[in-house]
Amino acid sequence: MGMARELRQRIARRAAQEITRGMVVNLGIGIPTLVADFIPADWRVMFHAEHGVLGTGPSPLKGEEDEHLCNAGGLPVTVVPGASYFDSTMAFGIIRKGLLDVTILGALEVSEKGDLANWIVPGKLVPGMGGAMDLAQGAKRVIVLMSHVNKKGKSKIVKTCTLPLTARNCVDLIITEMAVIEVTVDGLVLQEVMEPYSVDEVVRCTEAPLIISGKLKG
Amino acid sequence: MEQVSSKKKTVDQALVYIKDECRLMYGGFGGIGSPPTLIEGIFEKGVKNLHLIGNDAAFPEVGVGRLISNGRVKSMITSHIGSNPNSGKLMSEGKLDVSFYPQGTLAEKIRCGGVGLGGILVDIGMDTIVDDGKQRVEVNGKTYMLEPALTGDVAIVYAERADEYGNLIYDKTARNFNPLVAMAADITIAEVKEIVPRGALNPEMIATPGVFVDYLVESKGVNWTWAWQEN
Repeated sequence: MGMARELRQRIARRAAQEITRGMVVNLGIGIPTLVADFIPADWRVMFHAEHGVLGTGPSPLKGEEDEHLCNAGGLPVTVVPGASYFDSTMAFGIIRKGLLDVTILGALEVSEKGDLANWIVPGKLVPGMGGAMDLAQGAKRVIVLMSHVNKKGKSKIVKTCTLPLTARNCVDLIITEMAVIEVTVDGLVLQEVMEPYSVDEVVRCTEAPLIISGKLKG
Repeated sequence: MEQVSSKKKTVDQALVYIKDECRLMYGGFGGIGSPPTLIEGIFEKGVKNLHLIGNDAAFPEVGVGRLISNGRVKSMITSHIGSNPNSGKLMSEGKLDVSFYPQGTLAEKIRCGGVGLGGILVDIGMDTIVDDGKQRVEVNGKTYMLEPALTGDVAIVYAERADEYGNLIYDKTARNFNPLVAMAADITIAEVKEIVPRGALNPEMIATPGVFVDYLVESKGVNWTWAWQEN
């Protein structure tokens, strides 16, 4: 999304803190894919991919790619001990049954109610939703990683989404290069501010109202 | 009924079944697990106005991506076309009709079509723009959309090994939609890396029973490079 590598990695590193040992996790395309780099292998996190694998590992070395083994972005991947392959209906059965502890997705807009828009800009970008709707609706916890503002400098954290929704009321946590924001029943709670930004700057760059967490006051 | 004659065909013999306007189901995810030799054959034969049913539009020169990029496809029922910019371009020019379904819903609709069921009850995407007034069904106090089953004229799949009866074993994530489309069309053609005699496969390992498979074609192997190698 044009964001500097360092910022993307910072967001991914922060997102990795939301993962605990043994979790079943699905990572979307883009910044979410980078999260795996910050999870120690001995945590035995099982990464799930929509086409039909549970237990993907790091990227293979150059020249060691397997033409029948890819991640959800269609790029070569490896598997860890304990991995399994299955067809795509079973992959989505795992999602819809609620067996994913966390899914980490990119977004175009997130509303203060946790509505997610991440699959279509009508007339401009119509890639299709792929597994995004299933993931957003089915995972136990949905974490969104994205730039805080769009290319025009407009807040991507909005009062109401203007783009067609992927799913309503599904996002639990938003992590951007500026802040970590939790979606609660009371509204969006600003939990952390990334360096070098201030609380004021985050509030100014966020269209939706933010409740400032107690730990950021005083 | 037991087919006593061999299901083995040459590519040309198998392609007889894939004609213009064919409703063609295909396995593959980003081209991985799509049958490269059959797709190459369809391309060379000049088949056009295809109606594709499968997960995605692959990459511009990989899998079904090549058929789409070269204007051989009239419509698609799919979940994602973003990895092949040519499909988005053709769609916006009105040259390609695309119907999108959430990936899990698409997979189940195809599976349903393959196992003699009428449809599925699902709530993914309910009250979003993909829910264009779909029929509602209430079960145990929960509301679902009714999604009818999907079937095709011909399904093309890729498998790692087959025996002469057509029993199929897939390889890693090349499985994806293959076992689903293998069941859902009137005619199923499997492109296989290795065809072995009956009895040479462990019955426990078979993912698609040969009864679903009509014809077997030997694969000439993957003819694409990883998408990132194109750059």
